[in-house]
Amino acid sequence: MKFGIIVFPGSNCDHDCYHAVKHVFGCEAEFVWHKSESLDGFDCVILPGGFSYGDYLRTGAIARFSPVMSAVQAFAKKGGLVLGICNGFQILAEAGLLPGVLMRNSGLKFICKGVSLRVENNTSAFTSAYAKGQIVNIPIAHADGNYYADDDTIKMLEDSGRIAFRYCLADGSDAPDAAPNGSRANIAAILNEAGNVMGTMPHPERASEATLGQTGGRAVFESLLKGFV
Amino acid sequence: MKARIYITLRAGVLDPQGKAVVASLKTLGFDEVNDARIGKFIELELDGAPREAAIERIGKMCEKLLANTVIENYRIEVD
Repeated sequence: MKFGIIVFPGSNCDHDCYHAVKHVFGCEAEFVWHKSESLDGFDCVILPGGFSYGDYLRTGAIARFSPVMSAVQAFAKKGGLVLGICNGFQILAEAGLLPGVLMRNSGLKFICKGVSLRVENNTSAFTSAYAKGQIVNIPIAHADGNYYADDDTIKMLEDSGRIAFRYCLADGSDAPDAAPNGSRANIAAILNEAGNVMGTMPHPERASEATLGQTGGRAVFESLLKGFV
Repeated sequence: MKARIYITLRAGVLDPQGKAVVASLKTLGFDEVNDARIGKFIELELDGAPREAAIERIGKMCEKLLANTVIENYRIEVD
């Protein structure tokens, strides 16, 4: 399985993603500069975390017009797997590949810590190696992760099983304020309608090997590999 | 020509920055403040064009890039 990791000016989790897929999971991986216009040969494309274009205007607003994003749109349309992590999620939302928008955290602060997540959908290409309802710990690191969409969109996401991960309390239970960032419906990760695009604010690549202290994100990559065989 | 664009949060979208500003104003004794909504103000310098055509083009700029209409509204003024 070959991964392409897109590098925007200001991406800073690109090497973490590269390390995870190449060294932890033994897959082929290549960096793809944002000026590239082709994603031929890749099975999965990762939009990594960071601060593309300095988060100017809105997070992801300028990166979504990088030349490579036309290729990402076409790649996704053909059924290619696209994983947006943190800033990558923000870019996918701005690009309209995922609904909603990531707003400033409700507490206005940058939050960098491990959070508890509940796996809400374990049938997608990104989550099939998890058990449904499994509680996992994966770190977040963002100032703009406050997921917002209108009532109809939230209901649509709920009804169609497109919420992949939801913030929860450590014991897995729900609380209105379980999301550290104010996200509606405690949404941490969502899927597109076809299920081949996922945006996640938590960083699975930062929880992908024991050396890092947490392994809750491993199953995202294991799911992708499982589906590829 | 010059254009001024006011980008504001849609009604119903929570504004954490606005809330923090209200709390701070109240701390400073400005108890009459009930709400604050924080937006963006953008000034553009443009090549001259007929007013209506310019406004239409700026509207496209707002829809494509300057505003995210999921959460924001925009208003355009042209000199």
